[in-house]
Amino acid sequence: MVELAVNILDAAPRNEPAPAALKAESRNLNFHYGGFHALKNITLPVFDHSITALIGPSGCGKSTFLRCFNRMHDLYPGNRYQGEIVLHPDNVNILDPQVDPIEVRMRISMVFQKPNPFPKSIFENVAYGLKVRGITRRDQVAAKVEQALRGAALWNEVKDRLNDLASNLSGGQQQRLCIARALAIDPELILFDEPTSALDPIATASIEELMLELKEQVAILIVTHNMQQAARVSDHTAFLYMGEVIEFNETKKLFTMPDKKQTEDYITGRFG
Amino acid sequence: MEREHIIRQYDLELNEIREKLLEMGGKVEIMIANAMKSLVERDSALAEATIAFDHHINHMEVEIDEKCLQVLARRQPAARDLRFLTLALKIVTDLERIGDQCRNIAKRARELNEEPPLKPYIDLPRMAAAAATMVREALDAFVKGDAELALKVCKDDAFVDALNDQIQRELLVFMMTDPSTISRAIKVNYISKCLERVADHATNVAEMVIFMVKGKDIRHTVA
Repeated sequence: MVELAVNILDAAPRNEPAPAALKAESRNLNFHYGGFHALKNITLPVFDHSITALIGPSGCGKSTFLRCFNRMHDLYPGNRYQGEIVLHPDNVNILDPQVDPIEVRMRISMVFQKPNPFPKSIFENVAYGLKVRGITRRDQVAAKVEQALRGAALWNEVKDRLNDLASNLSGGQQQRLCIARALAIDPELILFDEPTSALDPIATASIEELMLELKEQVAILIVTHNMQQAARVSDHTAFLYMGEVIEFNETKKLFTMPDKKQTEDYITGRFG
Repeated sequence: MEREHIIRQYDLELNEIREKLLEMGGKVEIMIANAMKSLVERDSALAEATIAFDHHINHMEVEIDEKCLQVLARRQPAARDLRFLTLALKIVTDLERIGDQCRNIAKRARELNEEPPLKPYIDLPRMAAAAATMVREALDAFVKGDAELALKVCKDDAFVDALNDQIQRELLVFMMTDPSTISRAIKVNYISKCLERVADHATNVAEMVIFMVKGKDIRHTVA
């Protein structure tokens, strides 16, 4: 008779996948808008080649957190960072005042809620960041622009009208153009701030599909109001509430069996 | 106290499914009792009625399935709501099968009532009562989210299994000593097996309740 001695409940887990490499992490991050304490001790990892989603009700701090990664808050007086956001593999604290925000934005690019192309041609929109980077050789720029537009799944739609004004594109195309602009500088991490909330469902689906392709090359951090979107595209999800991380978990866990009651109440539509 | 959904209609829909499942559970419980009564009291009319009643159960299965699909499609449930709905879809199948088993019992009872009684039925009604209690407690556990009660149901299955084994041994003795009893003994044995299956379905439900409450899947972990 076959011996079935192994107790299933005690059996060792089978070949767990190796933990993903860290692309960035915030460590005890606090942020103040003047007298308002908007982020409280946020410690969160951002894994490479994966999508991390930030969810939570309006005003919970998710966009504030995202913008820290791009040093966007530097633009306004009275804003104050405490703690660190460390970018790997070189372990640089991008919040360090010694670190040039332009340098940070070369490595971490951002896509916003509403498509915001420059009032320039399609080509120039994508080439803009390259110029800032000092890439000026025309053939090199053209090659990079094509690569970025292909990466953003827009090339076939615009290759014959690269000199048209970007504002002539549809909303979904404009957003993909903004993604191409973000891609052109070969970023390591892309921030998405509600990238599809101004788009129709079909354009939304194509942006989501694009994000899944992009994570092969970069790390992605996305803020979304649409919980189903977080559930569809992300690998990890953080639930924020009133400036604090309530739960960070694998997305597949968080949406089926969250650890915290507060998370469950939020994702099931029982909040407030 | 369970917090309500912001969209109140969502709560109404989930409650309706919960109530329908309870109603269905109550009906199969009555079917178990009536199927057994039709055998013990040799009441073929009751057997007929029990057989005919099964279509109510089948109808309820379709109705509950439909309601669950509607909520899944329209509300994109998550976490505990999602577990509740997928569980409801499975529970409804187990309840429907219990109905089928009761119909099978009633059919054999109808045949046995045509022949002289084989023996007084002592253990079969005990089995039926135990199985019916398991069904009721499994559904109670489901409604109350009571994992302890669900665990009790899982453990009670051993009692029904033991009765089934005992009945089989007893029937074997009957058949060996008097081959003229074989045809009837096979039917009684079949009824015993049906009740054993009813208890298994109740156990399935209880295991799923534990999953719903604890998030821990205990199926297929006990040999």
